[in-house]
Amino acid sequence: MRELTYLEAIREAMQQKMRKDSRVYLIGEDIAEYGGAFGVTVGMLEEFGKERIRNTPISEEAIIGVATGSAITGMRPIAEIMFSDFITIAMDQISNQAAKIRYMFGGRAKVPLVIRTAGGGGTGAAAQHSQSLEALVTHIPGLKVVMPSCPYDAKGLLISSINDDNPVIFIEHKLLYKNKKCIQNVPRQMYEIPLGKGDLKREGSDISIAATSYMVQKSLEAAEKLSQEKSIECEVIDIRTLRPLDIDIILDSIKKTGRLLCVEEAPIFGGFMGEVSAQVSEKGFDWLDAPVVRVAGRNCPVPYSLVLEQEMIPGASRIEKGILDLLK
Amino acid sequence: MGNDLKAKKLYITIDGYRMEDKFSGLDDSIKIEMLRKMYQIRHFENETEQFIIRGMIHGTCHLYTGEEATAVGAISAINDDDYITSTHRGHGHCISKGADLNIMMAELLGKRTGYCKGKGGSMHIADVDSGNLGANGVVGGGIGIATGAALTCKMKKNGKIVICFFGDGAANQGIFHSSINIASIWDLPIIYLCENNVYGMSTSVKEAFNIEKISDRKCAYGIEGLTIDGNNLVEVFNAVSHFSGECRAGRGPVLIESLTYRWRGHSKSDAQVYRTKEEIRQWVEKDPIERYKRILIGGEILTEKEDKDLEKEVISQIEEASKFAMESPFPEPSEVEDDVYA
Repeated sequence: MRELTYLEAIREAMQQKMRKDSRVYLIGEDIAEYGGAFGVTVGMLEEFGKERIRNTPISEEAIIGVATGSAITGMRPIAEIMFSDFITIAMDQISNQAAKIRYMFGGRAKVPLVIRTAGGGGTGAAAQHSQSLEALVTHIPGLKVVMPSCPYDAKGLLISSINDDNPVIFIEHKLLYKNKKCIQNVPRQMYEIPLGKGDLKREGSDISIAATSYMVQKSLEAAEKLSQEKSIECEVIDIRTLRPLDIDIILDSIKKTGRLLCVEEAPIFGGFMGEVSAQVSEKGFDWLDAPVVRVAGRNCPVPYSLVLEQEMIPGASRIEKGILDLLK
Repeated sequence: MGNDLKAKKLYITIDGYRMEDKFSGLDDSIKIEMLRKMYQIRHFENETEQFIIRGMIHGTCHLYTGEEATAVGAISAINDDDYITSTHRGHGHCISKGADLNIMMAELLGKRTGYCKGKGGSMHIADVDSGNLGANGVVGGGIGIATGAALTCKMKKNGKIVICFFGDGAANQGIFHSSINIASIWDLPIIYLCENNVYGMSTSVKEAFNIEKISDRKCAYGIEGLTIDGNNLVEVFNAVSHFSGECRAGRGPVLIESLTYRWRGHSKSDAQVYRTKEEIRQWVEKDPIERYKRILIGGEILTEKEDKDLEKEVISQIEEASKFAMESPFPEPSEVEDDVYA
């Protein structure tokens, strides 16, 4: 075992799959010599060559269209959309084509496609390069949606996503890529983490927190602080796979704690945690001692100024306040 | 003497491109088979129209009547295991690619025996195993997919090519531009076949383009391209034969504009206020089936009687397809979430 960053874990998953399976290839913008906008694919051109590290013009719609067409004819593409904001440019291909093909054709086609993309804010990139658009894609039947929060999960979940015969939207977080605080031991060998399984990142008995992506790290930070300062023990659940959703891990947790705080980065209105909240209300009402509460992004585009950006996106202190309010 | 003549290659010129007249070298049986396919499309669409009138088509249908020479000519010029992508006006492509008429008709009636188990309908018929990567409800929606299939052919070096069918309307979608550009820079083996049938729903090409020929857009991508008479099966066959060879030799892609006309309205709910009866009449006079039939009869490949018998055979085949479709069961409501994987 050795320690890897989130970015290195993602790269290693792709490299190992590509060495084993000639059908796997990469397609996207600036992924070759440049190594991807965030450096995820650095060195891969040298190892795999231009045929399999397919650098494209700036054409998101065609990237997903081409990847989809090659997937239904026997390849296993990994398409990189530089910023998750730009999936909207390819939305016809994602929503009307890739997501629909298997069902619409009566189950007679497979679409083994992974769309990797960088989501989230906190980088000062403002409204068009910082969004968390997972709710757009989780709403569409036929898509699987994965948001890893740490290097170990990123590698195992990406390998499972590549092995899956259905389109997977794999949303990485920019603030995790080279985050030194989130470096982890990652096994050298290939391993899968099944899609549709959440993960308990911290055990606790006072309150359950369900979070996604970078908000898992922020929730853990708040949980540690409250444990040390106030002896409050939070159970932190990393949802990991938004669709299919592992609702059972959340229900099992509230049986123990009676309280659920949902934490996500996206604007609260119409967000993914609204679905979690509804399902918990429908299936776990008897175990709840208080209403489900959401801590999420403010209802505005992601602003530029650091002061405003920190107001829009939840941080550990807002999560901490959410926990304390819910325990009152 | 006869053998010498057969061995000699004939050459023709279409829109400035000199190419071999591959059609003339075909066996008579293949030439007749192409007429059969055209009749199948014509009568399948006539039957579909009757189902529409009788209220038996739950959704809508876009009929290919009048455009038969383009689908049959183009798809007959490629191999059985090559790929196509089709459009929302896709019945003609599907039949040309060898689809089973019973299973197609069952899909139109929403039956579980249909190509998509009743989940796709007219606009989504696909048969991936036979290389038909599907009709598409989105104008231009198949252009990226076709380009991806061509990338598979190139990466797997399987010798296959792709015909990407789309209409004049799709040529103004962004995916047309971004996909053809990618196919060009990567030399992909794909024929972009634009069926210019004069109207994108109600909007005429005169209103939607400020260029004479859609194929002139080839210059923007540094590829070959030409405009052909889409109601002349021989011309379509020869052009696609020639350029499929170019694609297989690594000299793709190509943009072919096929000039044709749809006789019926855009869909089942079109009052056709945007065109005149006179215009339709003029195009009906250029009936691709009548023209091709005259070539075969004139060339003594087929007699008038054999032609009538062939058409009768097709009509009874279509009746059989309708019978199969009507007698087939609807899907069970419990099947609604089958084949959803997330």
